[in-house]
Amino acid sequence: MLLVKNIYKTFNPGTSNEMNLYQNLSISVKAGEFVTVIGSNGSGKSSFLNMIAGSIHADGGQIEFLGQDISLKKEHQRSTKIARVYQDPLKGTAPSLTILENLSMAANKGKPFNLKKGVNLKQINDFKLLLSRLNLNLEDKLETKVGLLSGGQRQALSLLMATIVEPQLLLLDEHTAALDPKTSELIINLTEALVHEKKLTTIMVTHNLKQAIEVGDRLIMFHKGKIILDINGEDKKNLTVSELINTFNTLHINNDLSDALLLI
Amino acid sequence: MLNIVIDVLVQGLAYGILAIGVTLSYKILDFADLTVDGSFPLGAVIAAVCLVNQVPITIAMFLAFVGGALAGVITGLIHVKLKITGLLSGILVMTGLYSINLMVGGNKSNIPVFNQATIFSIGSWVDEFDPSLRSAMVRFYPVLVVLIIVIILKLIMDWFLSTQIGYLIRITGDNPQLVTALGEDIGKTKIIALSLSNGIAALSGSVIMQLYRFYDLSMGSGTVVSGLAAVVLGLTLFSWIKSMKVTSIVILGSIVYRLSISIALALRLPPSNLKLMSALIFIGAIMINNGHLKEKLNQWLGGIKYVVSEKHL
Repeated sequence: MLLVKNIYKTFNPGTSNEMNLYQNLSISVKAGEFVTVIGSNGSGKSSFLNMIAGSIHADGGQIEFLGQDISLKKEHQRSTKIARVYQDPLKGTAPSLTILENLSMAANKGKPFNLKKGVNLKQINDFKLLLSRLNLNLEDKLETKVGLLSGGQRQALSLLMATIVEPQLLLLDEHTAALDPKTSELIINLTEALVHEKKLTTIMVTHNLKQAIEVGDRLIMFHKGKIILDINGEDKKNLTVSELINTFNTLHINNDLSDALLLI
Repeated sequence: MLNIVIDVLVQGLAYGILAIGVTLSYKILDFADLTVDGSFPLGAVIAAVCLVNQVPITIAMFLAFVGGALAGVITGLIHVKLKITGLLSGILVMTGLYSINLMVGGNKSNIPVFNQATIFSIGSWVDEFDPSLRSAMVRFYPVLVVLIIVIILKLIMDWFLSTQIGYLIRITGDNPQLVTALGEDIGKTKIIALSLSNGIAALSGSVIMQLYRFYDLSMGSGTVVSGLAAVVLGLTLFSWIKSMKVTSIVILGSIVYRLSISIALALRLPPSNLKLMSALIFIGAIMINNGHLKEKLNQWLGGIKYVVSEKHL
């Protein structure tokens, strides 16, 4: 499904800020897998998503997706099949367009955008049904500009928009990190429901170790551009937060207290 | 007095075409496009040269539109392909267009079109009416012509903005990342919008040229400011009317802007100060729009309302 092969990436080459992130990074993701990704700041987990999505390009190596080499494809070409939800709830929606207009455009993804009406009134009932699942009363606010919604509402809408046309791969980039605990839980529940229902192949980066353990069926940990932990199946189900922290410590990770602190 | 009203209306509506074009780039696409300062006179010179050479006026105006659209495409390509900022791309094309406009005009910096029929020339059919009615018709005819053009353009623009491509342009100005997420090339969207915006600016130039019956190379300078002033004035004064579309708002803004200039002229300010006045009106409108002045105004008005209501009690 997704094959990341021998990736090399150096940021700011030739300058004093040169950062050699990936050296021969390889990983494969099977269809239908839900992978959670953890790691401290600068460990390369976000760049990993950026590389798959195409917003940064690797210096060497290959990314194979659905049996095709997509290394040279541009971000917008990949995004018809690879959907993404960002940490910033503002990034997934257009604020001056209404909910209806946002959903209509998202529902047309993968098809050509031309001089047809931007809003297809026939879809309104489908949209209402979709929105009613959120329990945020958005189904009565189809004509409301998205800019007037709260961050949580916008993130829920972003998630719907990313999956309304079923993507082959869903990338979640710490998509609950900017929300309050209650909304965060709502979004994560919605994520699990959508992923489960549509059997989406998903890669979710998160800062929250508890979330990384509870959600998904495979967990990988990045450190300094390397995958230092890759757990799935029964092992993942039995994993606990303290075990993870122990792993952290046994790996002599000194300056990365931030993740551990999250759990206190 | 009536003459002033007619002048304000004709000019306001004719510059309203420009305002619609400028709205597309500045307001909707969120792209500070200075190409307009070059594409506006480009439209004028293309139409003037066509008229002098007996090309039918509809074809002349169509060619003016195409010329402006091409200029917009070039700005877009420079911005998208060479990754030069939008502002600089516009300045580069605007600078280049100065020479192009001279070239199109046959190295003349002005071309009069006094003897040619324009869209504002009323036909001989008007002679059949009696003289008093006829003079009124001749006076109002330009208003009618330019009103029809503006309304047609407005309707086309409203329709365009409600299509999928129109939405993509709106999203580009709103949240560029989303356009990419929808699987569309954001560069393509920008180029389409810029070509349309500059085509409309050039069309406006061709109408203004026919109105003044004169093309002048320098007529482009300050186009952006006057176009934007109309947009900002319109949004400041009329955006509270919820049902009104942005196209109508900027057309009204354009009329208000021309009105304020007429008032300034009627106050015997020398016409040479016109550009300065444009800039000042623009700054004033921005200040109100930014809310600073609006707040002050509201406080002040609130005070009055308070006093009034106190009295009422």
